[in-house]
Amino acid sequence: MMKDKIRNPLYELTVARIKESVREPEMLFWVFVFPILLAVALGIAFREKPTDRLRIAIEESAGAEQISKLLSIREDIQPIVLDTGEANEQLRKGKVDLIISIDQSINPQPESLVLANLVFTYDETRSNSKIARMASQDAIERGLGRKDMIFIRDNKVETPGSRYIDFLIPGLIGMNLMGSGMWGVGFAVVYARTRKLLKRLAATPMRRSHYLFAFMLSRMIFLIPEVAMLVVLGWIIFNVRVFGSVLDLVIVSILGSLTFAGLGLLVAARSRTIEGASGWMNFIIMPMYILSGSFFSYERFPEFAIPFIRALPLTALNDALRAVMNDGRPLYSIRLELAVLSVWLILTFVVSLKIFKWQ
Amino acid sequence: MEISKEEISGRTISLAIPAVRCNGVKKYFQTVHAVDGIDLEVRTGECFGLLGPNGAGKTTLVEVMEGLTRADEGIVEILGYCWGSGDDRAFRDRIAVQLQETQLADKLTVEETLRLFRSFFSRGHTVDEVIRLGELEEKRKERVHKLSGGTKQRLALACALVSNPELLFMDEPTTGLDPQARARVWGVVEEFKLRGGTVMLTTHYMEEAARLCNRVAIMDHGRFLAIGTPAELIASLDGREIIEFRVLGELEQDLLTGLPGVKAVDRKNESYVLKVLSIDVTLPALLNAAERSRARIDHLLTRQATLEDVFMSMTGGRLNDEG
Repeated sequence: MMKDKIRNPLYELTVARIKESVREPEMLFWVFVFPILLAVALGIAFREKPTDRLRIAIEESAGAEQISKLLSIREDIQPIVLDTGEANEQLRKGKVDLIISIDQSINPQPESLVLANLVFTYDETRSNSKIARMASQDAIERGLGRKDMIFIRDNKVETPGSRYIDFLIPGLIGMNLMGSGMWGVGFAVVYARTRKLLKRLAATPMRRSHYLFAFMLSRMIFLIPEVAMLVVLGWIIFNVRVFGSVLDLVIVSILGSLTFAGLGLLVAARSRTIEGASGWMNFIIMPMYILSGSFFSYERFPEFAIPFIRALPLTALNDALRAVMNDGRPLYSIRLELAVLSVWLILTFVVSLKIFKWQ
Repeated sequence: MEISKEEISGRTISLAIPAVRCNGVKKYFQTVHAVDGIDLEVRTGECFGLLGPNGAGKTTLVEVMEGLTRADEGIVEILGYCWGSGDDRAFRDRIAVQLQETQLADKLTVEETLRLFRSFFSRGHTVDEVIRLGELEEKRKERVHKLSGGTKQRLALACALVSNPELLFMDEPTTGLDPQARARVWGVVEEFKLRGGTVMLTTHYMEEAARLCNRVAIMDHGRFLAIGTPAELIASLDGREIIEFRVLGELEQDLLTGLPGVKAVDRKNESYVLKVLSIDVTLPALLNAAERSRARIDHLLTRQATLEDVFMSMTGGRLNDEG
């Protein structure tokens, strides 16, 4: 009768929770497929293009061909001869960075370019346009015989972990842990309450803390594939490396995941309807999507807001994940972030247990 | 086998103490007097039914007994235990609860659900045993959301029986089920009774109460209107036999009231219900009277009074809308 062995209720609750989650195909999509799609889409959109070439339009005129030839000295310039209307149109759309034209009002028939009046038309607020202006001037002057005064040796290095995709992958992991923690736990609890299953469980000798704790345990088991998937995918497709220790990454992920499970419990502690809980979830999640630096650095927000942003659990988790993955820093150096997460975890779990409604 | 020894000794001890004792129990929700002064004693081994329409206060009363709701006033003792006087959680090992309309986890199978519930209790049946008790063998591997209404109710019942409880609370266990599914649920309850279990049941089906319950209480507006065995309650009626019919043409109501043995006349349009002492005496007189008045009688039906008639005579309403 080994098969019929009666196991610990915490074990049974956790197993039941995991089975319920795995048997929910939609949940698997949102937790596993959606983040991959997001990572791939964002990774491609923001991938570092191999030394983007500057596109420079030259207005059709007698000297256009010569300018084009001179510009071609530089490998990073792609010259193109266009009529005035087309050139302006392309500048407006950002397809070309700069228009070079010859002002014939002063000198209608210049014998050489040196005597011609060149006009550079560009938008000063575009950094590429400013680079295009300098590069064009450099190419034309050098082509016409300018001598460089000093010798420069280019020492090109690539700092690992500094690309956008390196920044993005830990942010997506953080976001994913938040989403699955809060929705996964919060919805399951509210759903069970609306179906009177919580009340039914309260009528058994089940320990109430076991029920809530089972959610935490099941989250800990789920986060392993959740995190591993994004890490492995980032590594295979985009060559995103984990510079710190994998153990540290696991520890940070567990703490982050539990923190959001706690927040999910708190939201679900009293909600009577799925709609009510959804509202609260969005109220908590949306600001963190924007503020916590999943997609772009929160350093861009005004200085006075930064301490508040850093006190948010998702910010702490993202920062900790980036410190471990991108910078290879030890846990000791991110103790502040870990402390922020721990405070949120303890606070939400204790309050949830206190105010939790079983009926 | 150890479990069953324990269970026998547990039952012999509790024989002397009533399974349920309520004394002056009241529960108000704002201004609604959901339970308004209930006294009740249910003996061990008895099946007691709370009969009443929706909103009568049955569910609130049962939830007070189950320790899910606190009474505002009065004493509630379950198997001699008062809620909140000791270890409530440990006490729950001895009782079982089936709530009205609990929906168990959809994605778990029957067996997984029972295994989960079994793990909460420190004693009880094995999962295999309780699957047999609930007649769920064929559905063992089926997920809950695929089960029919009747099977879901038997699973809910099995979840309650998993601890082999001394006292089983059931709140409208067969509402919305078809007659066949209802009969299977009754079968499970009857087997529990045979094994010596005590049952506290709410229902608005008089047929259910008549079949399962040793005693019933008729409840409305938070109070008991009557309490006794089904036979006692029917016997308390003035007219224990019923004649129902429809009249085509004119038949004076005074004429009907004056017929021999008639205790009460209820009229709804052309339909009449006569409560009589004896059908044998009243029926020929009725037919005679109709012939004299040149009225035609059809849809004639005679029957014994049921709990429903008891309820109607006490409240003027019906037990349930389905009739």
